[in-house]
Amino acid sequence: MDWITTVDHKKIAILYLWAGGLFFGIGGLEAILIRIQLIKPMNTFLDAQTFNELITMHGTTMIFLGVMPVIFALMNAVIPLQIGARDVAFPFLNALGFWTFLFGGVLLNLSWIMGGAPDAGWTSYTPLSTIEYSGTHGVDFYTIGLQIAGLGTLIGGINFLATIITMRAPGMSFMRMPMFVWASFITSAIILFAFPAITVGLVLLTFDRILGANFFDTSAGGNSVLWQHIFWIFGHPEVYILILPAFGIISEVIPTFARKRLFGYSSMVFATILIAFLGFMVWAHHMFTTGLGPVANALFSVSTMLIAVPTGIKIFNWLFTMWGGQVRFTSPNLFAVGFIPTFTMGGVTGVMLASAPADFQFHDTYFVVAHFHYVIVGGLVLGLFAGLHYWWPKMFGRMLSETLGKWTFWTFIIGFHLTFFVQHFLGLMGMQRRVFTYLPNQQFDLLNLISTVGAGLMGVGMLIFLTNIFLTSRKPADAPDDPWEDGRTLEWAIPSPPPEYNFKQTPLVRGLDAFWKEKTSGHKTMTPAEPVGPIHMPSATILPFLMSVGIFIAGLGFMFSRDDFGNAFMGFMFNHYLVTAIGLVITFGSMLLRSLYDDHGWHIEPEELEGR
Amino acid sequence: MTTAQAEGAAGTLPHEPEKATLEGRNKVLAFWLFLGGESVLFGTLFATFLALRNQTNEGPSANELFHLPLVAAATFLLLVSSLTSVFAIQAMHRGKVAVLRNWLLVTVFLGLCFLVLEIYEFSVYVRHEEFGMTTSAFSSAFYTLVGFHGAHVAFGILWISVLIGQLVRKGLTVVTAPKIYVSAMYWHFIDVVWVFIFTVVYLLGKVG
Ligand code: HEM
Ligand SMILES: [Cu+2]
Repeated sequence: MDWITTVDHKKIAILYLWAGGLFFGIGGLEAILIRIQLIKPMNTFLDAQTFNELITMHGTTMIFLGVMPVIFALMNAVIPLQIGARDVAFPFLNALGFWTFLFGGVLLNLSWIMGGAPDAGWTSYTPLSTIEYSGTHGVDFYTIGLQIAGLGTLIGGINFLATIITMRAPGMSFMRMPMFVWASFITSAIILFAFPAITVGLVLLTFDRILGANFFDTSAGGNSVLWQHIFWIFGHPEVYILILPAFGIISEVIPTFARKRLFGYSSMVFATILIAFLGFMVWAHHMFTTGLGPVANALFSVSTMLIAVPTGIKIFNWLFTMWGGQVRFTSPNLFAVGFIPTFTMGGVTGVMLASAPADFQFHDTYFVVAHFHYVIVGGLVLGLFAGLHYWWPKMFGRMLSETLGKWTFWTFIIGFHLTFFVQHFLGLMGMQRRVFTYLPNQQFDLLNLISTVGAGLMGVGMLIFLTNIFLTSRKPADAPDDPWEDGRTLEWAIPSPPPEYNFKQTPLVRGLDAFWKEKTSGHKTMTPAEPVGPIHMPSATILPFLMSVGIFIAGLGFMFSRDDFGNAFMGFMFNHYLVTAIGLVITFGSMLLRSLYDDHGWHIEPEELEGR
Repeated sequence: MTTAQAEGAAGTLPHEPEKATLEGRNKVLAFWLFLGGESVLFGTLFATFLALRNQTNEGPSANELFHLPLVAAATFLLLVSSLTSVFAIQAMHRGKVAVLRNWLLVTVFLGLCFLVLEIYEFSVYVRHEEFGMTTSAFSSAFYTLVGFHGAHVAFGILWISVLIGQLVRKGLTVVTAPKIYVSAMYWHFIDVVWVFIFTVVYLLGKVG
């Protein structure tokens, strides 16, 4: 109950982490099944339809329900601490964002047991995703589930933006913000400007499928390429939503374990902003082969390649940070250092794909699969591992085992390269993506076998990580405030895990790497910016949960509104949109309750603070 | 300042009560951000509409369909309602609660009139012109864009009505003021969107 009603950013972080972990596990199982099917030519382990459903759900789950919430978990856990705030700007909305995300994800995954999962690829290209070619409710689960989950992401993004703009501790100017906060800030801005586009795309597709609209039906004047434009104008920025937080994490972990300040801080900030900006200009590099014409292809090709410049700046800054530092290879830092070459390789293949003539060759082959897994897995997932190992003691008050952490790293990264390195060659040799099997003796056999073995090894790495979490959770929560001893930012100045109000007194920030600065000038703690006084706390509430339940019911109701139920009562309820209406009444009713009954929260008094 | 302290000071409300507390300022800021997202949302809908506006699939075209006097009347109502919401906020800044409430009521009433006209317009198209959601790509794009705006108006009416209720029950405080201020921002935003719809959908449909 505590967890359902919480509005504390630290608890919401943990909720995001478990939910993300759960979906990540589902997506991982799907990946293993896909790899088993491809282990040998002409395999009959899965049929084509199931394979299509698996690749669709794997991609969708991983991107929207697996890694995004883990990113949000870290942002929630860390941002308020790093800027010296007591909470996020809107604790209530924070909870609401989590619950809508979760219910959207659950809705999407219900498709497995409610008559067929989406099967048109994670990009849901029309006309493949229209009723004609995808007749089950699968794609409806995709459009409506993602819509609800996306709402949660958007709410989260706005909340983080407001938090970072207004809740920074005194003295923390924008150019003194930790890189992770900067990265989260830019990420949230991208979310704000990219997600509404996919919102519209999903609405249009839903209307085509459920209300018989004609947006993408060429026979009635619609336009199929329109979907691709809308999808990718969201979809390319989305990959930066994923990778920028990883950049932020790496920029925190490397300086800590190199005992040096981040090299080129302001160029890092500038590069992040530039990447975000360019990210919105390059969407059509996913559409070179749709026939946009040579001029458009050339423009999008060049603008895509430009992104390599700020990205390169970042890579060199990390290398220069380590240069001459006293580098300690703790498990977080292993992941961070492993990130650099792996991500760079993904970037290089990105530039190769950005060359339009070459892309005609690479397009829809395993080369693309290798490319984006190098950036998403070799980049983002390694980054998340680094962040989780780094902040785990702060989040839970317990140190993860270093030994197991190192085992996780080595099995995972070796498995990763085994899986995906060979896919570059499979792609160059002409193996197509999204096809459920291949013929023998095309030189695909051995490389696919290697790839599947590698995937298994990555799975082992994940299991070691889970074991680590399990064993750690049974130890006493006795992590020191600054467990890595060289913590530079504000979160390391308070206990692990932090009390619910984070900072007893708001700290005064006197430079970049605020805590490090105090430590090097001989202080053990931060100088407070205010006297000890009563702390205002928001009350817990069930309303965000109820609102999300309402949206969930409304979504289901709308989805089945055209169905023919054998049962008269069910038919009546759904076909007259009554179920949808009930859901909306629950949601709006909760909103009304929220606005009618003011809740001023409560206070923690100074005496109580001293008592702890 | 905490909400509890602020409430104690409700008797002597500051000039801009919506910005008196951190919570209030956060709300206003977040709402600006939200409107940024909404702009992308409508931008995408407009782009879709522009891409499909000539795809009539042998159904009625914009030129045959639209009846400008009706739309102009609706436009007038909505523009005036924006003005009345400005009066409401001015009254709020002067601390005149009753005037504030009355202007909000007028705003809601004008919004309702707009909505009624729109529903009437749609029903004429559907009944007499055989122009429904499924007729053509143009019709789908039309109903989706204009309908989305209509849904925003409907939501705004509900929202401001609830706020009027709150105002009557709790009076003007540093808690209610930011909500009213923000709802007025929202109302202007949908008004601006409508100006674009009037131009891009209706005027361009008649002449372009
Ligand atoms: C930074 C993190 C990145 C992520 C997460 C990412 C992710 C992806 C994904 C998921 C796809 C596959 C789309 C599909 O299914 O069709 C893709 C394709 C592509 N990526 Fe990236 N990417 C990243 C960086 C880059 C960079 C740095 C470049 C170029 C400099 C790039 C250029 C491309 C191109 C041109 C394609 C299209 C390939 C094709 O459709 O044949 N990407 N990327
Ligand atoms: Cu892209």
